[in-house]
Amino acid sequence: MATQHSRSVARLMMAPAVVLLLGWMLVPLTMTLYFSFKKYLPLRGGDLGWVGFDNYVRFVSSSSFWPAVQATLVIVGGVLAITVVLGILLAMLLDQPMWGQGVVRILVIAPFFVMPTVSALVWKNMFMDPVNGLFAHLWRFFGAEPISWLSEASMPSIVMIVSWQWLPFATLILLTAIQSLDSEQLEAAEMDGAPPLKRFYHIILPHLGRAITIVILIQTIFLLSIFAEIFVTTGGAFGTRTLTYLIFQRVLESQNVGLGSAGGVYAIILANIVAIFLMRIVGKNLDA
Amino acid sequence: MARAVTTQRKTFNTALAWIVGLLIFFPILWTILTSFKTEAQAIASPPIFLNFDWTLENYAIVQERSDYMRFLWNSVIIAGGSTILGVIIAVPAAWAMAFVPSKRTKDILLWMLSTKMLPAVGVLYPIYLLFIRLGLLDSRAGLVVVLMLINLPIIVWMLYTYFREIPGEILEAARMDGATLKEEILYVLTPMAIPGIASTVLLNFILAWNEAFWTLNLTAVNAAPLTAFIASYSSPEGLFFAKLSAASTMAIAPILILGWFSQKQLVRGLTFGAVK
Repeated sequence: MATQHSRSVARLMMAPAVVLLLGWMLVPLTMTLYFSFKKYLPLRGGDLGWVGFDNYVRFVSSSSFWPAVQATLVIVGGVLAITVVLGILLAMLLDQPMWGQGVVRILVIAPFFVMPTVSALVWKNMFMDPVNGLFAHLWRFFGAEPISWLSEASMPSIVMIVSWQWLPFATLILLTAIQSLDSEQLEAAEMDGAPPLKRFYHIILPHLGRAITIVILIQTIFLLSIFAEIFVTTGGAFGTRTLTYLIFQRVLESQNVGLGSAGGVYAIILANIVAIFLMRIVGKNLDA
Repeated sequence: MARAVTTQRKTFNTALAWIVGLLIFFPILWTILTSFKTEAQAIASPPIFLNFDWTLENYAIVQERSDYMRFLWNSVIIAGGSTILGVIIAVPAAWAMAFVPSKRTKDILLWMLSTKMLPAVGVLYPIYLLFIRLGLLDSRAGLVVVLMLINLPIIVWMLYTYFREIPGEILEAARMDGATLKEEILYVLTPMAIPGIASTVLLNFILAWNEAFWTLNLTAVNAAPLTAFIASYSSPEGLFFAKLSAASTMAIAPILILGWFSQKQLVRGLTFGAVK
């Protein structure tokens, strides 16, 4: 249907976006790859020559690598578990008939719009400060000794802050999915005397399967690269140094660019593994 | 009888949902409340909820001591500039993909989305180096370009899904009536596309406003937007709860308001159409 002419016009119209994104992808990627095979210390001698896969080996054999992997897994896994489980419960609750549904929805979604540095700082000081934070007041009220959460319970604290930020996203998407569920099916099951738990396992959960997968994949990609929350709260101390933060420190703080770049390549590979699954689902949806 | 049970259940749902909703919203509410307290009241034990002397002095002090408006202006320029630039580049691309699809359209679209998955930290040093070489470090122009590039895939994607909802018959009819491509875009397509473009602008402005990797790593003083300004409060001498709250409230208030209008676009924009 489209003529030859309109095709070439279309190509011309797509060109700026395609060229820009291609450049944005290829130029830095090539540079990261290039640096990753070099011993490159900008502040201590600059380019010290090719070193083969040395940086790749050193990155994974350094003593901070496995703790960083662990921290990353705990944060991603913890936040995913909390946001998906609470998100399902919350979405089911918000789907019920009630008064003021719109307002409640707004209250629940609000944290998503708070910039990461603000939420990290508000939680760190106003809630988790061991002397003046609200948690400290609460602990003392119940006769317990307040602890400095971000150093003594650093991981649970960060998981909590990040979960608060991402719960709205999970809830909103799961709510959208629940609303597309055929309510007659549920009513029929109810009439047949299926108890609530059975209805949940056999009707609601299978229906949500795809939405849950999407939430997990998208959140994983974003959670793998959380930065500001750690930068503001602990600065990577107390066992909260994730892979992203470790690479950031190697590259900008200690200016060991070769080593950091090798780490960057690992991060890119890791993210791509997740992205492949996500792209498959998105691609299938495009055909439909 | 059945009706009574439903009302009862509705009351229970309402109560539960409001409690949970307020609990989730509480940190934001608490920040807003604290911003109107004096520093002494902000750290009072037990905490004061509502019966304090409301004051606006924290807002005045934040502006006076740190020139808050400059950071706000940087945020507006960076988020607004990157969004407008992105839309200008994305509209033709999305239009072409939606109305003149070819065999490769789907692949191009998926490839564009996949660039969004590139972890920022993986290309941190190259961008940092390029910024130094080009004199873009700590400049608003540099951040406008970078944020435009990281949001471009989402902008193209959202516009594409909106454009695809415009019925093709209308375009064909216009073509039959002898409309040129230019006229077709100007008089037929643009009016129908404006709501979709507005939604796209809104969501991407929010995403750019809150972006906190590149804005933290590529700015120092001159171009620092609110994300970086707020992060500077994490140093110990900045530990004044009321002022911190005032600064935070000002940084999030505009976006909270915009955000409430963009709930629906959020699902569309961030799930790439995989959840409807």
